[in-house]
Amino acid sequence: MGVRRRAGLFILQVNPILCDGFGHCGELAPELVKMDEWGYPIINPEPVPFTNTGAHESARYAERGCPRQALRIRKISDK
Amino acid sequence: MRENTLPRLMYAAGPRPLSLAQHEEVFASPRTAGSLLEELEASGLTGRGGAAFPTARKARLIREQRGHNKFVVVNAMEGEPASHKDLTLLSTHPHLVLDGAEYLASIVGAQNIAVCVARDNPTVVNHVERALHERTRRSLRGPKLEMHTPPWRYVAGEESALVHWLDDNESLPQFRPTRPHVLRIGHAPVIVDNAETCANMGLIGRYGAAWFRGVGTANSPGSALVSVTGAVERPTVLEVALGTPLRVILKSASADPDPQALLLGGYGGSWLEGSHLDLGYCNEALAPQGVSTGAGVIVVLPRSACGIVETLRVVRWMANESARQCGPCAFGLPAIAEDLNHLAHPSRDPLSAHKQLEERLGQIDGHGACRHPDGVVRFVRSALVTFAEDFSRHANGLACAGSRANVHYLSVPHLEREEELIWE
Repeated sequence: MGVRRRAGLFILQVNPILCDGFGHCGELAPELVKMDEWGYPIINPEPVPFTNTGAHESARYAERGCPRQALRIRKISDK
Repeated sequence: MRENTLPRLMYAAGPRPLSLAQHEEVFASPRTAGSLLEELEASGLTGRGGAAFPTARKARLIREQRGHNKFVVVNAMEGEPASHKDLTLLSTHPHLVLDGAEYLASIVGAQNIAVCVARDNPTVVNHVERALHERTRRSLRGPKLEMHTPPWRYVAGEESALVHWLDDNESLPQFRPTRPHVLRIGHAPVIVDNAETCANMGLIGRYGAAWFRGVGTANSPGSALVSVTGAVERPTVLEVALGTPLRVILKSASADPDPQALLLGGYGGSWLEGSHLDLGYCNEALAPQGVSTGAGVIVVLPRSACGIVETLRVVRWMANESARQCGPCAFGLPAIAEDLNHLAHPSRDPLSAHKQLEERLGQIDGHGACRHPDGVVRFVRSALVTFAEDFSRHANGLACAGSRANVHYLSVPHLEREEELIWE
C-alpha cells in the first residue's frame, strides 16, 4: 500500500451497536481513541487530516484490528 | 372556515372517535388548491414527536429518494409514560391523522401507510382498526393502509427502532452513521412522522399554510398538544397555540400555580425552574434555558416534592428501558442511577459521587446509537442545575421533606425485572 497522500480529513467512527468493548482500538490507535470506564471507546471527534500519516496509519490498524469490525474510517466530504 | 381559534386538532372532540362520515362533515373542506409540498413548506410545520425537525425538509428528502414502494409510517407509539397526546388524538380524530398520512404519501410518492400503535392500548388499537376498515370499505384506491402493533417500550417508539420492527420484527434502534439518514423497510425508503404531525398535515392539506400560521409565533407556527401531569387536578391533554406562556397553560390545566419546577419535553427532556413561568411554550423561547418542548409533556413538580428522588426514579426506569445494544448506555445508565442514589441518600463522600457523576455523564453523552442515553444525560444535567440547592442539602444529610413524604409526581411504569425483558 505504501504511504497514501490524500487530501482532506477523516474521522474514525465506531458503530456502538457492534462494539463489544474488546479494547483493541485503544491500544492500536492511542492518539485517537480513549477508553471509558466500561472499556468502550471514546473517539476523538475532531477530524484529522490524512496528511497526519501517523494518525491515519494507527486508525487503519484499529479499523483492521477490531474483532467486531465496528470501526470505520470515514472521509469528511467537505473541504 | 373556522378562523384563528383553538381547538384545531381537538375540534369537535367527543367521547367517541369520529366516524369517517362525521369526520368529513366536521372538516368539510376540499383539499387545498396549491401543491401540498409547497403548502407544507410554507406552513413551517415541525415534527411533534420530540426532535422538532421541519417536516417539509424530511418529506423533500424522502421524495427525492428512488423507489416505487415507499412507506409513510405514522408513529403513535407514545413511548413517553407522561405523554397521552397521540392516543388522545387517535381516540378522537383517527381520520384526521389518516388524512395527513395520505397527504404525506402523495407528497413523497408512497404506496403504503403503516400506522403504529403499541399493542398495550387495546381500545386505541380498536379505534384505529375501525377507522382503517371504514376507509378501505369506502375505496381501495390510494395507498395501502395497515396497522402494526409492536409491544410498548420506551425506545420502541424511536424512529429507527420502529422501522426495524416493521422491517424485521425487532424493536431495536439502528446505527445511523450519517445524518440525515434514510431509513428503509427492505429497500423502500420510509418517512416516519408522529401522529400529531400527521394530523397537522391533515389540516394544512385542507385549509392551507396561511390558515395554519394563524396561531403560534413566527418561528413556531401552529398549535400543539400538551400532556400536563404531576401536581394537577387530573392529567389532561390540552391544545395550546405555540408561544402561549407556561403560566396560562398551567392555569387552564388547573395545575399548581406556583410549582417548584416543570419537566418539559418528556423523560429525555429537561427540568425548568418554577420561576420561568412567563416563558412562552415554544422552542425559541425555551432554548436559552436549554429546554425544548420535546414530545409535548409538562410534568408539574410542587414545592412539597423532592426533585432528586423524582429524577432518580425516572433515571432508574430509563436505565432499565435501554435496549442494551451499546455499552455506554447499557452500563452507563445504571451507573449514573447508582450515583444519583448516592447523592439522594448520602452514604459516602457526596462530593466524590458528584464528581464521578459529572465524569460519567461526559462519557455517555453522544456515545450510543440512538438518542436514548443523550436524553438521560440531558435530564440529569438539568436536574443538577435546577435542584442544586437540594443536592447540597442532601449532601449535608438534611434530607428534604419531600424525600421523606414518599409521594411521587412523575409516573413511572413499574420496574420490570431484568430477566423479563424480551426484545422481540
